[in-house]
Amino acid sequence: MTEKPHLIVIGNGMAGCRAVEEILARDAGKFRIAIFGAEPRVNYNRIMLSPLLAGEKSFDDIVINDQAWYDDNGIALVSGDPVVAIDRKIQTVTARSGRVESYDKLILATGSDPFIIPVPGHDLQGVVTFRDMDDVGSMLRAADAGGDAVVIGGGLLGLEAAHGLSLRGLKVTVLHIMPTLMERQLDEAAGWLLKEALEGRGQTILTGADTAEIYGQGKVEGVRLKDGRDIPASLVVMAVGIRPNVKLARAADLAIGRGIHVDDHLVTSDANILAVGECVEHNGSVYGLVAPLWDMCRSLADGLVATPNGYTGSVTSTKLKVSGIDVFSAGDFSGGEGCEDIVMRDASRGVYKRVIVKDDRVIGAVLYGDTGDGNWYFDLLKRQEDVSDIRDALIFGQAFASGGGASANPNAAVAAMADDAEICGCNGVSKGKVVAAITGGAVTLDAVRAGCKASASCGSCTGLVESLLAVTLGDEFAGTRDVPTVCKCTSFTHEDVRRNIVEKGLKAIPQVMQELHWTTPDGCASCRPALNYYLLCAWPGEFVDDNQSRFVNERMHANIQKDGTYSVVPRMWGGVTNPKELRAIADVAEKFGARMVKVTGGQRLDIFGIKKEDLPAVWADLNAAGMVSGHAYAKALRTVKTCVGSEWCRFGTQDSTGLGIKTEQMTWGSFMPHKFKIAVSGCPRNCAEATIKDFGVICVDSGYELSVGGNGGIKLRGTDFLCKVATEQEALDYCAAFIQLYREEARYLDRTAPWVERVGMDYIKARIVEDDVGREALRSRFLFSQSFMQDDPWAKRAAGEDEKLHQHMAEIRPLVMA
Amino acid sequence: MGPVDQLPALGARTLPVRGGDEIAIFHTANGDVYALVNKCPHKAGPLSQGIVHDTTVTCPLHNWRISLVTGKALGADEGCVPVIPVKIDGGRILIGRAEALASVG
Ligand SMILES: Cc1cc2nc3c(=O)[nH]c(=O)nc-3n(C[C@H](O)[C@H](O)[C@H](O)COP(=O)(O)OP(=O)(O)OC[C@H]3O[C@@H](n4cnc5c(N)ncnc54)[C@H](O)[C@@H]3O)c2cc1C
Ligand code: SF4
Ligand code: FES
Repeated sequence: MTEKPHLIVIGNGMAGCRAVEEILARDAGKFRIAIFGAEPRVNYNRIMLSPLLAGEKSFDDIVINDQAWYDDNGIALVSGDPVVAIDRKIQTVTARSGRVESYDKLILATGSDPFIIPVPGHDLQGVVTFRDMDDVGSMLRAADAGGDAVVIGGGLLGLEAAHGLSLRGLKVTVLHIMPTLMERQLDEAAGWLLKEALEGRGQTILTGADTAEIYGQGKVEGVRLKDGRDIPASLVVMAVGIRPNVKLARAADLAIGRGIHVDDHLVTSDANILAVGECVEHNGSVYGLVAPLWDMCRSLADGLVATPNGYTGSVTSTKLKVSGIDVFSAGDFSGGEGCEDIVMRDASRGVYKRVIVKDDRVIGAVLYGDTGDGNWYFDLLKRQEDVSDIRDALIFGQAFASGGGASANPNAAVAAMADDAEICGCNGVSKGKVVAAITGGAVTLDAVRAGCKASASCGSCTGLVESLLAVTLGDEFAGTRDVPTVCKCTSFTHEDVRRNIVEKGLKAIPQVMQELHWTTPDGCASCRPALNYYLLCAWPGEFVDDNQSRFVNERMHANIQKDGTYSVVPRMWGGVTNPKELRAIADVAEKFGARMVKVTGGQRLDIFGIKKEDLPAVWADLNAAGMVSGHAYAKALRTVKTCVGSEWCRFGTQDSTGLGIKTEQMTWGSFMPHKFKIAVSGCPRNCAEATIKDFGVICVDSGYELSVGGNGGIKLRGTDFLCKVATEQEALDYCAAFIQLYREEARYLDRTAPWVERVGMDYIKARIVEDDVGREALRSRFLFSQSFMQDDPWAKRAAGEDEKLHQHMAEIRPLVMA
Repeated sequence: MGPVDQLPALGARTLPVRGGDEIAIFHTANGDVYALVNKCPHKAGPLSQGIVHDTTVTCPLHNWRISLVTGKALGADEGCVPVIPVKIDGGRILIGRAEALASVG
């Protein structure tokens, strides 16, 4: 009797054992089998380590194959004894204990090694990875000792570790280098929701956090970030990624890329050696999830035992195993040419869904909060099914889309709704009530809002109400609203958005997008700057500023010019300067090769032709001479233009220069819906051209004439007279109140002129002149906001903030041929 | 070129090419990286300074929208800017050298 061929498997993990199961299922008698495992235990379900850490499972629950399985199938398990060498010539493996076995076929299933960032202190006691039972053991011991934990890495694994540790009673901080969590699986919107949810559970999540070092005397005491922040901790879990474990294969000289190279039957460059699982690279891909391993194991067994059925790669989907937080992602969600995003946000249920469709096929899906349809989308994706028929209902899920609820015409869908179906959730208004209001004479959206309150709160049902108007009125319907929406990403108007930001206490852009049902994942170049401004205005000092949602000028604190260089305008209060400032400006112009220095329309000096890289140094020099940013680039207070007034001019009635300086000192740094200019003239001759400014002051013998809404731009507009006041202080107070009213009520990118025309001077006088209490409230809100805004952005940049933005990343040079 | 985390999220940085056109390298919200010649097809605006949203950048000069994937102007505008292939390997950015040097005379 000839002996059966000997099959040795290195790796007693998920793929190694599954491969054996598949082989046994095809032909149980074909091989004599031995499995070597580095871990001193039987085969268990690695993905259940997270529930084990969280205390939701015990080790017995997660064993896949117990000792009896090895025995029953005649498999020799050599556990706790890793293989240290393979000799391909004589076909043997050697284990650490010195044990040598010869093989006919060898399967490598060595999995991955966790990646360890080589920061100082990475080898201190108390720094662990999250990969196997021993790691879980270390974490549980640390949890028993109590204290704080830091998890480095806000991906799937890191978040599961953090969840487990916080359930075990540790105070956990997650450090993630990217701006949103799980950025490989989730888009920005879903990542943001996840962060909110985890913070709601008491974890601290720091994004954009780059670890500088782990410190401690022999044992971990804390983590220091590159920005200087310091987080004390007695346990640090590194979960920043994995790397295929190819040590043995490399030593045996097999072909290796990122992983061990295998063909469609998982055969390596040596015909007698196969490899499977996370340690392999197939067709350029390596996988870090279980589902593809199952596919691989089937193809491996087919090739070894029966009909060859090649492996062709896998599409993957991910779920986060954190109880109570449902997250799902599959396929490609990075968008691109020809991709369409279908986005649904349901703020009240905390749901975000995004399905990406290309050429009528689903190519990706991201679900947060309601993942019930995840598998259905994943299935559509894998089968590459044509979804054009169900496209309109796709986002509502399987039940809806396949239940015939799909209808291309939203009006028809609304017409088909029952009378008692709810239209407006905020105010509990049914379809019947809306229709009654319409037939009762409310033939515009605003009339419906006034009549029955539908769509008058959050406004997310505006589209439905408009459909009802269309259905009910037929041809008489005047059409949808003419008030413009912020942009194509939303059906909300600027006014709706501003009102909601205040009423709902929204303080960050992703939060606004979620609450107000934005239909794109991260907005566009129109809405993002607008939202950023609205948040700034509503919550000075509290809102989360998003630099990437500002136009380049505000991002770089300088004016971009047509050739891509910048110009720089230092502030000259009231247009007044002195020899020291002039010298500094001249020096800067020379030192940095400025191509022109020009007096601007607003009486300031503009230095042209500065390179982006030089900006911080330019600012440092100007700061050193006592000058700050002139904000000549921002949607903000630009300049206060003045004439020389009573101090020098024979006609001057008041100190227009002095008042201009005071005004500028009060208002500089304030961001606005658009640029804002002020001027003060010392007499009605108006040398400072105060009557074409957003806010103009004409000094007269008996006081100060104030006027607003002027504009020297494309459409010339003279100011409208607001009122006359007696004192400088009043002039300043009215100015602050007017600015605040404009800041709070105008649409983003409206200058004061169109805004004043839209709302009317009567309204403005009512708010500023006639309402003393209201004016005082506006003024104090303005000054409150200014207490946060008046810091010089140049100084921060000159001191090194966002330094990278100004530097090239690297230079590319042609290769020099030797 | 360097590690991905040196790119601001939703932002871009620049890579000068000796003797050729500067390259802009972009980072999208979900962490993908793209590179284009840093010259808008309209009037050569520096695309690196635009607002990045989804897989699009809006030029800072006159608001043309350019696809980061194809380099084509989107919407009503027409024009195209060369795309430089980018690959991320182990958190580091690799960039197609031949394409980057294509403009070098
Ligand atoms: C905490 C955690 C949660 C996870 N959650 C999920 C999830 O929800 N969904 C999902 O799809 N995937 C998840 N994964 C990933 C999944 O566990 C892996 O993709 C899968 O285990 C890979 O299987 P493998 O057999 O290739 O490697 P492993 O399961 O890691 O097995 C490799 C084995 O080889 C052993 N070994 C290595 N070198 C040698 C040697 N020289 N001699 C002997 N033995 C050796 C190792 O000790 C190890 O036991 C998770 C992983 C972890 C760690
Ligand atoms: S506005 Fe009147 S006070 Fe001022 S400079 Fe002209 S003339 Fe003189
Ligand atoms: S240069 Fe880019 S839009 Fe004009």
